[in-house]
This record gives sequence, C-alpha cells and structure tokens, in this order.
Amino acid sequence: MSQYSAFQSIVAPLLVNDIDTDQIIPARFLKATDKKGMGDHLFADWRYQPDGSPKPEFVLNNALYRQARILLAGENFGCGSSREHAPWALCGFGFRAVISTSFADIFKSNALKNGLLPVEVSADAHWKLVRFLEADANAQVIVDLESQTVTLPDGSRESFPIDSFSKYCLLNGVDELGYLMRFEGAIRDFESTHS
Amino acid sequence: MIQPKTLFEKVWESHLVAQEPGSPAILYVDLHLIHEVTSPQAFTGLRQRRLNVRRPGKTVATMDHSIPTHHPSLPIADPLAAKQIRQLEANAREFGIRLYGMESPNRGIVHVIGPELGLTQPGMTIVCGDSHTSTHGAFGALAFGIGTSEVEHVLATQCLLQRKPRTFEVRVEGSLSPGVSAKDIILALLAKIGVGGGTGHVFEYTGSAIRSLSMEERMTVCNMSIEGGARAGMVAPDETTVAYLAGREYAPSGDAWEMSVQRWMKLRTDDGATYDKSITLDAGALAPMITYGTNPGMGMSITGRVPDPDAFSDASQKLALKKSLTYMGLRPGEPLLGKVIDVVFIGSCTNSRISDLRQAAALLKGRTVASGVRVLVVPGSQEVKRQAESEGLHRIFKEAGADWREAGCSMCIAMNGDQLEPGQYAVSTSNRNFEGRQGKGGRTFLTSPLTAAATAITGRITDVRTLITH
Repeated sequence: MSQYSAFQSIVAPLLVNDIDTDQIIPARFLKATDKKGMGDHLFADWRYQPDGSPKPEFVLNNALYRQARILLAGENFGCGSSREHAPWALCGFGFRAVISTSFADIFKSNALKNGLLPVEVSADAHWKLVRFLEADANAQVIVDLESQTVTLPDGSRESFPIDSFSKYCLLNGVDELGYLMRFEGAIRDFESTHS
Repeated sequence: MIQPKTLFEKVWESHLVAQEPGSPAILYVDLHLIHEVTSPQAFTGLRQRRLNVRRPGKTVATMDHSIPTHHPSLPIADPLAAKQIRQLEANAREFGIRLYGMESPNRGIVHVIGPELGLTQPGMTIVCGDSHTSTHGAFGALAFGIGTSEVEHVLATQCLLQRKPRTFEVRVEGSLSPGVSAKDIILALLAKIGVGGGTGHVFEYTGSAIRSLSMEERMTVCNMSIEGGARAGMVAPDETTVAYLAGREYAPSGDAWEMSVQRWMKLRTDDGATYDKSITLDAGALAPMITYGTNPGMGMSITGRVPDPDAFSDASQKLALKKSLTYMGLRPGEPLLGKVIDVVFIGSCTNSRISDLRQAAALLKGRTVASGVRVLVVPGSQEVKRQAESEGLHRIFKEAGADWREAGCSMCIAMNGDQLEPGQYAVSTSNRNFEGRQGKGGRTFLTSPLTAAATAITGRITDVRTLITH
C-alpha cells in the first residue's frame, strides 16, 4: 500500500444522508472476481440512465468533478452491506477521502484498508464546507492526515479523529496483514489453550 | 470482587490473542464462513503473497448470492455468476476448505446453514464477508460481517484486528399479539433508533419477549442488527439454544456435549454489568410493521400513514424523506394498507427458515394468490426445502399459485436473475429496502412473512390480523 500524503482538491458534494453501499456500487456489479474497473460503476444507478448514458444532473457527471479527490456526503455514509467493492469503486473513480459527519462501521474499516480516508467532521464544519462549495464550486480543500486536519477554503482548519494504528498504517504504507503476521507466536500459543 | 461483565465482554475477552498499546486487539476467529461474492479477491491476495490458509478446518464455504434458484440441473445462464461459482470451487479445492457446493444437499444461504449444521455455537467468534453475519449472534456468539481484506486476514492468520465496540442493550419485554412476530420487533427497533442508531455498538437483546422467541425468531432479530448500524447483535444462550443445537451434525456430542452446555449456560451478562446504551420496547404494544422508505429505519405500524417530510425540522432529514418518497412513489399522509403490489418475496437470511415458511403456508392454505401478483417462495437452504416438502408446504404454495424455488439469496439482493422490474412494488421478507436492492428501479416494502403471505392473498398491502381467526 502506498503512503498517504497530504493533498489538495476540489470537493464533489453528494449531500444525501445514509448513502448505502448498494448505491455506491449496486450488487449486480459484484460478480467480478477481481477489483478492476469498479470506478466505472460507482453510484451506477444515480449516475447513468437505463441506456447507459450519463444523467447530466448527477454531480459526478459534471466535468468539473472529474478531478475531485474528495467526496462530501451526508451522515452515516456507507451503511448496509460489507462489500469492500464500495471503497474499491470510490478509489477507482479517484477519490482519496470522503468527508461526512459519520460513517458506518464496516465501510470505515474497509476504506482504511484501501487508502481511502474517512474524514469525520462536526456538523458545524460540514455545514461550513457546504456553504463554501455553494459559493464556489472550485473551492479547494486540503486533507492532511499527519496533522489530522482539513483546511477549508478560507484557511480555517478543522480537525478529525482517526485511531493511531490506522493513521500509522496509512502514513507509512503499512499493510495490516503484515502486522498481524508478526503475531504468529502469540496466535500459536493462543490456539494451544483455546478450546 | 470480580468485575461484572456483559455477554459481549465475556466472548470478546476469551478471544483476545494480543493487544499492543495504541493498536487494535488481535481477535481469534472460531468460525469463518465464505461465499462466492466477497472471497475471490481474498484468495487472489493469498496467492500473490504466497500464503496458505492457516486453519482450513475453521473456514466453511458455500455459494448463495449469485446462484440461480431454478432447478439445479439447468445451467447457470449468467457467465459472470458461473465464473464466480467455479472460482469458489477452485479456491476451496486448492486450499482444502470444506465446500457445500451446488450439488450438496446442505447447500444454502450461509447464515441459514451455519446454525442448521450446528457449526454456529454459543461463545464463538464468527465472521463472514457478509453484513448479515450478525444472524449467528442469536446463539450468544460474537458474529459480524467483514470486508474482503479481512477475509484474507482470517484465511492467513485465523485472526482479525478489531477495535472494541461499545455495548447497547435492547430490552424487549412482554408478549407479542397474534399476527405480530420477531420481524416486527426488529423493524420497530429500527424505526425507533434509525439506521445509524447502533453504529459503534454491539446489541444485546434481552427481556422476556426475547426469551420466549424460538431460535429461528432470534435469528431474524439478530440478522437485522446491522440495519441499525450495529455490526453484531447477541442473545444469551438458554435452554432454547441448547435444545436447538442438540444432535446437529457439528454440535459436540457425548461428554463434550455436557461440558459445552455447562460452559454455554454461563454465557450471560452478570448482574450489575452495565451497557453503554440501552433502550426498552414493549412487545405487547407492537403491531405488524412495514417500511415505507428506502432504508430499513423508515418503518411504521402497518395501519400508519406515510410521514410528511414537512413535519421534520431537520433539513437533511426532510430532504432524505422527500427523496425516499419520490423513489417509492408515495404521498405524505397516504396509508399503505390497500396499496396494490406486484410481487411478494418470501425468503432471505432474515426469513427463509422452516418456521417462516410454516407461517406463510398456514395463511395460504386453501387460499389463492391474487391474480396479477407474482409470489416467490425461496427456502433458505436445501435442508429447509426438504423439510418443507416433507410437510407438504410446497404443495400449499404451488396450489395457491406461488413459485416454489431452490435455496439461495434470490430476490433479496437480485444478483441471480430473480429481480423486480423498474417501478414494481414488492412486499418482501428480506432485510433491505434500499433503492434498486431487489432490482433496478424496484420498490420494496419490508414486512414479516405473515404480512407478506396476507398481502399475496389479497394483492394489496394487508393487515394479517384481519385474516387470522382467534
């Protein structure tokens, strides 16, 4: 996994609460046996007409957001199924962070394993960012994991929480399985007494 | 004095392998269930790292999501689904994992066959790349859904890195009225706390109403814990649990059985232990429930009226409800009773067990499905199917005009060709009414099997209490 460095980007707003993983990537795209191409199906039913042409009113079909690396979503983002295809699809599109006031547990865990940062901000900060984007769709936001801050277009900084282990893994490109495998001895000891 | 502990804490602590300061716990996994949809990329990861499956005997595989529910002798029409199924067969063979394959008499939805085979046992940690793994918590196991990276972690190490969740007691007291069932308990909870109300928590269901539920009913309740945001939901084991497990293929036997039962009966929350959150529901006050919106938290009593977005002060809630009602084609203030529907689906890991089918069949017996309504009855496993057929339930369904199928997830997730057409309305015993969940553009009302069967008969959303004789 590559190291997660600070970056600056415009923000694609998708201000819907409780966006479930069936919307992020509908189940019919889960028949793949690899991770490739998921970005094309991101938000498929919101993004495309039945004939496959883009729905012009959907935010990600606005040419401006083709380069967006940050998605701004409503509360409880990623609820529903455990499909890791959801972060694969978001990453496949090019997103590196999702900003929301809350995330569903399994989605958050999956996102962190794929270099997609769930940025949990206060309702006030969320509202502030929405207003900035309403005023200027090109407004830039900086996400800095090291300092755990989001810098809003006016230069004000909002902090976000992340557990120290996930932060360490993301910043250093450390893979969780590699960490787990270091405990082979402890696992063996555990197995010898666990019924 | 020993610190009193919750059921969750007891199971968690007995599976802690190690924990470094500042890092998540390393939790040992007793049972790992895999299916065709969320496992292929995990096996690819293993091959890329040249790793083996550490404990092949602790992983069990089956295919359920993308398999057709027509007769197994017919070929799988969808080449992608066929490839995914072949991939699971190849992975199980290569890594020595037990597979309940297409031809197996024990094949079925992973959350139906685990308990049915006695693989699911109290006090275990159970995981699967599937959010409805919470089902197995009905046995007092700590069971939760994981992503595909974590499937790979478990295959390689039999462990997971986990942050300790908080606890949330859901106490349900009293007794259910006729026509009201376990599904209505969980839909009522979700309507109360919303789809994010349990985030970061593990539910423990307690109280007299939960105690009086059968194991299958407890599974229905635990199954939808994730719809409230809780990755797991648990019920402390009791005599009902023990009676269910006795004699099952993988349940302990002989002396080991006696010892296990003794151990299981201690798995309960100690007096004086505290939960981080709690809520109480009165089972006696519950009516049959139905969802009106596009998440399982948007539910109400079947006699209720669709809420008005303008009644909400919070702008984002107002917007969410408006969006849902537009998708559902419903007007604020409209009653759902009497609404004409196109499809009834009885199945899924929530409600496809033998007791669910018996309830539906008891209503359908001697009656017929309303004309123009498609009714699909999909047993949760081939074992459920055999049992139902031995009781003649399949004849009742067929004579009523319903379609009787082979086991699988079917129209709950619409990956296998069983799906709604755009705009169709379905009353479904499954667990998710998300946009497009049962087919692109399809519109879902979640209910109990009783309400679904009553609706099948009239062709309109029906209060089952009007059809049952006391």
